[in-house]
Amino acid sequence: MSPLFERIQEYLPLLVTGLWQTVAVTLLSLVLASALGLVWALMRSSGTRWLSLPARYIVEFLRGIPILVVLFYIYFVMPELGLDLTAFQAGVVGLALTYSCYIGETFRGGIEAVDRGQVEAAKSIGMRHGKMMRRIVLPQAFRIALPPYGNNMVMLLKDSSQVSVISVAELTMQGKMLASSTFDNMTVFTMVAALYLCLTIPLNILMRRVELKMGAAT
Amino acid sequence: MIRFENVHKSFGKHEVLKGIDAEVDKGQVMCLIGASGSGKSTMLRCVNGLEDYQSGRISIDGETVDAHSSSIHAIRTRVAMVFQRFNLFPHMTALQNVMEGPIHVLGENRDEVRARAEEHLRRVGLAEKMDFYPTALSGGQQQRVAIARALAMRPDAILLDEPTSALDPEMVGEVLSVLRDLAQERMTMLIVTHEIQFAREVADGVIFLDQGRIAEHGSAEAVLSKPTHPRTQDFLRRVTHPV
Repeated sequence: MSPLFERIQEYLPLLVTGLWQTVAVTLLSLVLASALGLVWALMRSSGTRWLSLPARYIVEFLRGIPILVVLFYIYFVMPELGLDLTAFQAGVVGLALTYSCYIGETFRGGIEAVDRGQVEAAKSIGMRHGKMMRRIVLPQAFRIALPPYGNNMVMLLKDSSQVSVISVAELTMQGKMLASSTFDNMTVFTMVAALYLCLTIPLNILMRRVELKMGAAT
Repeated sequence: MIRFENVHKSFGKHEVLKGIDAEVDKGQVMCLIGASGSGKSTMLRCVNGLEDYQSGRISIDGETVDAHSSSIHAIRTRVAMVFQRFNLFPHMTALQNVMEGPIHVLGENRDEVRARAEEHLRRVGLAEKMDFYPTALSGGQQQRVAIARALAMRPDAILLDEPTSALDPEMVGEVLSVLRDLAQERMTMLIVTHEIQFAREVADGVIFLDQGRIAEHGSAEAVLSKPTHPRTQDFLRRVTHPV
C-alpha cells in the first residue's frame, strides 16, 4: 500500500465533492424545514382549532416515521404516484419534512416561552394577531429558540448522511464507495469523520457566537 | 364614558364578577380597591377585552365591548392599559416602545410620532433614557415608559392595573407623581390600586369590590374616610395599619 499521505491525497478530491453535496443537501433542507417548521409553529399557536389541530396531526404523523422510511417512500413510492424526483431532490424533501417537525416544535417552544404579558401589551395597543406575532412575539421567540435551533441544525447536518441510502453522492456515500473499492476502511472513514467535524465544529462555534451576541442585545 | 351594566364573569365554575354596575365619566379618576381575589383586576381587564364576560354589558361611549368581536381592536386603541409588571417590549428601546402603537397600529407618520413620543418621555422625566432598552431601566423608569406608551396612543381613557405594586418602595413616588399630573389634566383613568393615600388625593370616585360585588361606591372622601360597609372598614383598617 502506498504511504498514508499519498492515499489521503488520492481520496480527498472525491470526498470533497461529497462534502459539497452534504453542504448543499443540508442547506436546502434547512431552509425548507425552517420555513415549514415556522408554518407548523404558527398554525399551532394560532389559537384557532382548525389551524392548530391539522398542524398537530401532521407533526405527530411525520415524527412517528423513521427518516429512512420517509426517504424510501419519497424516492421509491412517489414515482408510482406520479411524482418523480431525483435522488438529490428526494433527499432534500425527506430531510426537510422530517426536520420541519423538530424545528417546528423548537419554534413553538420559543413562541410559548414568550411572556404572556407581551401578548397582553401588544393586544392592549390594538394589535391584531398577525402583526403581534411578527413584531412582538416572533422576535423574542427566535431569541429563546436559538440554542435548540442550533442543535437542530447540527443534527440535520449529521442526519444528511442518511440520504446515502437513496444513493445521493454526499460525503458518507462517497466514503462508502471509496472504502469498498480500496478496502482502506480506516483511512477513508477517519477522513469522512474528520470532514464532518470540519463542518460541525465551526457551526457550533458560530451558534455560540450568535447566541452571545443576541443575549447581549437585550 | 366607561359603563358597566350588570356584568357577570366566571372562570369556569368560579364566578368572579357577580353583577357589576358602575360608570366612569369623562375626565374622572376612578380607583378600584379591594382585597386580592375580589375581582378588581378582572373588572379592569374586561374593559379592553383582555378578559371576556358572560352577561351584562360593558360599553365605552355607548359602544359595547366584546372581546370576541373584531371591533375590539379599535376599542383597544382608544382605551390604553398600564400593567403591574410594565410589559415593555424588551427588544425595543424606550422610544421604540412608545412609538410602536402609533406607527404600527394607527399608521401615523413616523416623524410626527417620534416628536410626540419624545415629548411624552420628556414629560415623564425620561428625556435621558429614550434610547435605553427596558432591561437597562429601573422598575419606576420602566413603568413611566409604559405610561408614555399608553399616552402616545392619545387614548380617551387609561386603565391601570396596580401600577405601583411591582415597584420597590422608593420608586412608587415617581410613578404616582406622573399619575397625579395626568389626573390634573383630566385624563380619564380607571386604576386598580392599593395606594389608599394616593386614591384619597386624586380619585373622584372609589369603588370597593368584595368577592365580585361592589360593596361600596362613592366619592373618595365617602368611601375612604367614612366607609359604611363593614368589609370596607375592615379592609381599610388592614391596609392603612398593617400589622
